[in-house]
This record gives sequence, C-alpha cells and structure tokens, in this order.
Amino acid sequence: MSFPWAKNYEPVNPVMKFMDEKLPLPRLVYNAVGAGYPVPRNLSYFWNFGILAGFCLVLQIVTGVVLAMHYAANSGIAFNSVEHIMRDVNWGWMLRYMHANGASFFFLVIYIHIFRGFFYSSYKAPREMIWLLGVVIFLLTMATAFMGYVLPWGQMSFWGAKVITGLFSAIPLVGEPIQIWLLGGFAPDNAALNRFFSLHFMLPFVILGVVILHIWALHIPGSSNPTGVEVKQESDTVPFHPYYTAKDGFGLGVFLLIYFAFVFFFPNTLGHPDNYIEANPLSTPAHIVPEWYFYPFYAILRAFTFDFIIEAKLWGVLAMFSSILVWFFLPWLDKSPVRSGHYRPMFRKFFWFGLIPCMAVLFYCGGAPAEEPYVMISQIATAYYFLHFLVILPIISSIERPEPLPFSITEAVLGSDDSAVIEPAAKAAE
Amino acid sequence: MASTGTADAHSEEVGVASEDGVRRRDFIEIAAVSAAGVGGLACLLPLVSQMAPSADVLAESSTELDISALEEGQSIKAVFRKQPVFVRHLTPAEIEAADAVDVGSLRDPQTLQERTEDGHHNILVVMGVCTHLGCVPLGAAEGENKGEFGGYFCPCHGSHYDTAARIRKGPAPKNLEVPTYEFTTDTTIVIG
Amino acid sequence: MIRLVGILVGLGFTFVVLLTFLVGAYTAATEPAAETAEHAFHLTPKEDVHFSFEGPVGHWDIAQLQRGYKVYKEVCSACHSLKQVAFRNLADLGYSEAQVKAEAAAWRVPGIDPNTGEATTRPGLPTDAFPSPYPNSVAAAAANNNAIPPDLSLMTKARHEGSHYVYSLLTGYQEPSAELAERFPESLPGPGLHHNPYFANLNLAMAPPLTTEGQVTYDDGTVATVDQMSQDVAAFLTWTAEPKLVKRKQTGWPVLGFLLFATILAWFAKKSVWANAKRRED
Ligand code: HEM
Ligand code: FES
Repeated sequence: MSFPWAKNYEPVNPVMKFMDEKLPLPRLVYNAVGAGYPVPRNLSYFWNFGILAGFCLVLQIVTGVVLAMHYAANSGIAFNSVEHIMRDVNWGWMLRYMHANGASFFFLVIYIHIFRGFFYSSYKAPREMIWLLGVVIFLLTMATAFMGYVLPWGQMSFWGAKVITGLFSAIPLVGEPIQIWLLGGFAPDNAALNRFFSLHFMLPFVILGVVILHIWALHIPGSSNPTGVEVKQESDTVPFHPYYTAKDGFGLGVFLLIYFAFVFFFPNTLGHPDNYIEANPLSTPAHIVPEWYFYPFYAILRAFTFDFIIEAKLWGVLAMFSSILVWFFLPWLDKSPVRSGHYRPMFRKFFWFGLIPCMAVLFYCGGAPAEEPYVMISQIATAYYFLHFLVILPIISSIERPEPLPFSITEAVLGSDDSAVIEPAAKAAE
Repeated sequence: MASTGTADAHSEEVGVASEDGVRRRDFIEIAAVSAAGVGGLACLLPLVSQMAPSADVLAESSTELDISALEEGQSIKAVFRKQPVFVRHLTPAEIEAADAVDVGSLRDPQTLQERTEDGHHNILVVMGVCTHLGCVPLGAAEGENKGEFGGYFCPCHGSHYDTAARIRKGPAPKNLEVPTYEFTTDTTIVIG
Repeated sequence: MIRLVGILVGLGFTFVVLLTFLVGAYTAATEPAAETAEHAFHLTPKEDVHFSFEGPVGHWDIAQLQRGYKVYKEVCSACHSLKQVAFRNLADLGYSEAQVKAEAAAWRVPGIDPNTGEATTRPGLPTDAFPSPYPNSVAAAAANNNAIPPDLSLMTKARHEGSHYVYSLLTGYQEPSAELAERFPESLPGPGLHHNPYFANLNLAMAPPLTTEGQVTYDDGTVATVDQMSQDVAAFLTWTAEPKLVKRKQTGWPVLGFLLFATILAWFAKKSVWANAKRRED
C-alpha cells in the first residue's frame, strides 16, 4: 500500500473486473494480505502471532456462536445446559473444549504478540496508533473472557463474578452502588448472568471491529521488523503473498497441533476443577483464582495489603488497572531512537533479566494461594513491574548508547547492500 | 516508511515468482493448500452435525395411554415426541362412513382397516399434525369443527380429513400419519 | 512531561508496595504464620492404582464400569444423586435396550398421580435421570447432620486427579495419628465426623461407606474387596463425569495425525516459496 513498488491489483477475469469496479473487495484483500502488500523480508516467527491472534478470534466466534445455540443463560439451568452440551449435543464436548481452551490459547498468543512488541519497541513512532488499538483489543478481550468464564455457572464462575465486580466497590462513595448496578442485584444471579451473556456475545464483534482498525493502522507505515530499521527500498521487502501466507500457514499448523493436543488430551488442565461444581452462593471455594491468563494482574491486585493514606483495597485496584494502562503511554515513555532490543544493550538486559522474570513470578504468584511467601514475592515483582515501565525505560532511553544498526534490512539479511556504499550518509541519519 | 531516493535504482525482483512455466516446487505447494482445504472441510462436520437432534432428543421415549375410559365417539389428545397424537374411539356410523368411500378416488388411498390394528378397528390413532404444513387440526376435542367429512379439519389452510383421518379436501397431500404403536392390553396402547 | 509524571507514578506505586512488603516482612518475622493441620497432614491422592481409561490411548473397562455401577447403586445412591446421568446412558456400559429399560424401571423417580395430580413416585424410564434420594436440599441436610451429600455426576472432574481422589478417599479413612492429636487437637474429628487425610480439611461427615469385603456381590465373580470396590466406583464416576472421555482421545489421534501431516507439508511449501527469494538474491 504505502510503498511505491507495491504491486498493483490488475484483474484479468471479467467477473473480477466487474467486482473491482463495483465493490473493490478483492483489491482490498490483495493490498491487505496479498501480493500487493510489501513486507520486510526479515520477519522472524514472532511476527506470526498477529495472524494467529486473528485466527483465535475467528475460532472463538465460530465455536461461540455454535455453543450459544445450546447454552441457556438462566442461573437455574445454565450449569446443566453446559453439561447437556458436553453429553448430548453432537460433538458438543469438542466444541466446548475448543472454546474453553481457545480462550487460553488466544491469551497465550496475545501475550507473545505483546511481548514481541515490548522487545522490538513496536509501539514507537510511526506505529503508536497500532499499539494503542492493540491495548484496547487486549482490554476488550479480557472483559470478554471474564464474562465468558461466568457463563458455565460453576463455583469459579460465580465467585469470579462476585470478586471481579467487587473491585469496583473499592471506588470511594459510589463503589458499592456501582457493583450492585453492574450485577443487577446484591450478588451474582440471573440478572448478572443474562447481561454477561449478552455482552459476551457482542464484545467479540466489537473486538473484530477494533482488529480491523488495528490492521488498517498497520498498513499505513507497514510492518516493523527485527532490526527495527525502516524499509528503504524494494529489496528490503517481499510481497505478503506468497511469502508470508506460506510462513503463516506453517505457523498456524504448529499452533493447531499444540492447541488440539490440549483440546483432546488435556482439556481441563488449564481450567479449574471447582468450576465443575454448580454455583453455590452460600459457600466459597477454599482457593479462588481467576483463569491463568489473569494471574499477573491478580498478583498485583493482591500485593497491596496495607492501608496507606487510602485503603489497601483501593491501592490494589488502582495498581491492577494501572499495570495495563501504563502500556498506553509506552510510546512516550521510551524515547530511544532505536527500536529493536537487539541493538540496545541496557534495554536488552532489563528485558531479559528484569521484565521477563518479573512476569514469570507474577504469573506464578497470581495462581498461588494468598499466603507467604507468595505475597511477599509478588510485592517485589510488582515493585519491579512499575519501575520497569515507568522509571527504568524512560531513564535508559536517554542514557543508553545503542549498538550500530545495519544500514538496511537488505544488509542485515545478505551481509551487504550496494546502496549503503552509494549513500553512507543515510546510515548516520538512521 | 517512505523509501529513500536510492530505492528505484536498486529495485531487484525480489520474491516475484518466476513465470517460466512449470515450477518443480508447484507440487508441494498445491499439496499444502489442498491439505488446508481438506482440514477446513473436515471442520464442517461437527459444525453441521451439532445442529442435528441431540442424544436426549433422539432417545426414544414411548408414551403409554390408558383408553379404558374412552367412550364411543370420544377422542383424547396425547403427546408423543413433543407432538400431539389423537386417539379416537369410532362410532359404528363413523366406521361405516369411512368404509363407504371408494378408496381409488382418494388422494392418499388407504382403508380404515389398514390404518388401524387388527381387533381394534374402532380405535384410530393418528398424529395430530396436518400433513400440509404442520398445524394441529381441530376435531379431537368436544365441540370442535370436524370439517366437511366429520373427521378432522385444519383451519390453517382448510384441509378436511374424514372419519379415518384421510385427506379429502384442501391442500394437505397425505392422510394424517399413523404412528407405530401397539396394544399391550385391551385398553392400553404404547406409542413409539 | 509524560515521562516525568510516569516516573512519579511509578515511584509512587513502588514506594507503597515496598512499604507493604516491609510491613508484611516485619509481621512475618515477629509473628510467624501458624502451621495449619491441613498443611501438615493433608495428602494428595494416591498414585498407585492405574485405570484403564488413563493415558493417551485409554479405554473403558466395561466390566469394571458395570461393577462400579453396582457399588453406586447399592451403596452410594442411598445418599448421593447422579443428576446429570440418565438411565439411557447405561447403554454405554454395555447394557442392551431391554436391560436399560428394566434397570430404569427398578428405580423410583418423582412423578404425579395421573388421576389426582398429587406428587408420587413411578418406575423410571430410560429418559429419566438418576433420582436424588432426597426430595430437596433441606431434607438432605436434615438427614445428614447438616452436611448435604453432593451430587456425584461430576465429582471426578471437580477435584484434582479426581479418579484417584475418589479411590483414595474411599480407602483413606483411618485413625488420626498421635502426632496430629498432639499438635492440632482441634483438628481431631468431632462428633459425627471422620478423619480422612485425603479430604481437604481432614474431617469428613460421610462415614466410611465401603467397609467390608463382599459388601456388594459382583455378578462377574470379582472378589469385592474394599480396595476393588473403591477402584470400581471411582472408574464408574469417571465415566459419569465425562462419558465422552474415550471418544475424545480416539478422535484426538486422527486429528493430530492429520495436522502433523499438513504442518510438514506447510513447512516444505514455505521452504519452497522462500527459496525463490533466496535464489533471486544469489
Ligand atoms: C474474544 C472472543 C471470546 C473469548 C476470549 C471467549 C471466552 C470464553 C470463556 C473463557 C468461556 C468459559 C469457558 C468454560 O470454561 O466453559 C466462554 C464460554 C462461552 N462463550 Fe465465549 N469467548 C469468546 C467469544 C464468544 C462468542 C463470539 C460467543 C457467541 C457468539 C461465545 C459464546 C460463549 C458461550 C455460549 C459460552 C458458555 C458455554 C461454555 O461454558 O462452554 N463466546 N467464552
Ligand atoms: S397446515 Fe393444515 S392446511 Fe395447511
């Protein structure tokens, strides 16, 4: 789209010519994910995860629409209707396991996609809008998954709904009325279940809309790449199709292998046994945790246990929401002119030895019981988390001395680029 | 970003598939795309069949009826597979009226004998589902319109059934269906 | 500006969470958390039995499921319902249609009197679910010292390592150890409770249900030891929790096989496509 050497769509077939004049949808596809979209030739497999996330969204929508044909959003029969799907509906067990595990794999893919963005600073200019829309997608997906988890109306569904809406009760003065309003009652029941189903059905289509904006925004500057050096010339790129369609096809195969291994052989491993007990408003399970993909944020929530000026509960809620909201500000927090972590020695160290272990610890502690030593460990990790994004990144982006960048993507791939010799000044400019 | 001025001079034909006729690697690429197609088609199986009746719906449930209290000339409605069943104890006049018809002249030729069980030709068991488009015909309850032939009348589009529940007038193509049933005692029938 | 605010906010959160940490560390040092009886004495399920349905090519042991069903029917069903399972599902256990009908008819399920409309019971039909032994939860609580016997349909999925859990629980009743009595006297079973280290809080309201060899007479001649009965009913309850378990694994292999094949093809296709790019460069 954006590069002058992008191939132009030229329909030969009269039907396609007709289409192109009246509704240039084939042209749109051609320019979006076809031969008309030039892409850096050096993308690594980390660049597969965007397509995979899109695939997961479609997978969730397809299996979800099908489940909704059998599911009953009524607190009296919701649990039984899910068991009806598991036992009596043709292939229902498979469709339900695909949807439940699909949510987990969706998050796995999104997390890799986001951390790819962190390492290669994909959030930097000119891609800020892509990044902002991505964070919006992540938030919407979290909301969707949370409400989906309520639908089977097991013990974890019920207590998850209660605890998460309870977060809002931390807001001073209006908190409790807000929680009651959200639930349509004093505790989760039919009113809450029905609205969660309605929203759970609708939000994925909103996500789909934002995904389209995300990709649109991507096509303005084009994809970034592992060197972080922008595309300069045609030899830096290859057409999306067939090069990246082929590569994404292979990536999708690997993804499906792992995903279906879970669906067929470990379908409940990522879930929680308590959700096979029907919701019981009179008894809380001994150890309630959200789904694994919320663990890091849950750990941050639980890290604040001490009233300091404001209640500990409010600190926890503020910190939890802020931990994601800081991502919105990344493009302006990290001012280093170099994108890729490969050429940023300090940044790289903080990424691998700071952020990654910190996230691992938060993942682990979020799933552990709220006991020592887990709480204390997650407090350290929480402190690092905020320091990393809000303090360390801004500081190293001004003091770090980046390593020399390749002149161009072509040079990075082939070891030499003739144009580098012709115009060495360009190197300095970069 | 926008290319630097040097780009045009060095535009190599990177990645442009060679147009020179048969490519040796074509086979593997076609095979991979075909495999994806096969996989995609296989996904249709569960997606389509999940809409077919589920195991609990299919589970054959039989309906047992006690007709000892059913007087001549009366009907009862029962339920079989979520659909109405009409059981009518025919009067001698109704039997006579049914037998008087020239079977050959019927749209769906069948005798009353064929539509009832041996030894119980006065008990007519039919599904209460109009063979036109599925409405429930009138005539089973006291005082309902039995149509021009004294059997059942479907008000939806005006199908008239006679005393043997055979279609005589109106758009319905077939006689009211006789479900499979059996008499387990003289006064008990089990449908299904 | 953003960076300045960011640094301040970041330092703010860090300060508060580290303060919390120090307070917590101080508390932990001065008043170490008391050890609990559950922590010290709870056991994870026994791993020493193997069930035929386990593993990647697991299959049902039909004879075992039939024995387990008999244990459920003669022992467990006195208190526990199985409301997600219908009699018609027994066909999976190798019973013929006539046997299923007869089996269903041997149970009484709630019904209404066709003449008066009053609540009564009638013989079960294949389409009925296994009935609850109690008319409602109040009756269940009243009959059991306030502990409501849970529905067992999904029990093996509602606990970690459920099949082993059920087996361990049934064979795990024992006298509390002297050490427990000494360290946690308040965790000794109170009246109406029974010590069982496999139960989350060690004290179970259910009295040992399987106590004597031969308590259930097996039709296939298997010796009904307590251990055998416990294994059999654990297997049966695994089936009730996931009747599609074996079908799931059997479907999994061809799907994974096809995907592996397709992925290998995709790999070669990708290589062949990219070879063009490399070749043009050379
Ligand atoms: C962003 C996409 C989606 C995500 C992340 C998602 C996530 C989830 C999750 C985590 C559950 C609980 C799974 C369980 O343990 O049973 C669930 C259940 C459910 N979802 Fe979705 N979902 C998505 C899209 C959809 C869509 C588009 C629909 C319908 C049009 C849908 C319909 C349902 C239904 C009916 C259930 C309840 C049945 C069940 O529990 O298996 N979902 N979803
Ligand atoms: S449905 Fe009965 S006449 Fe049309």
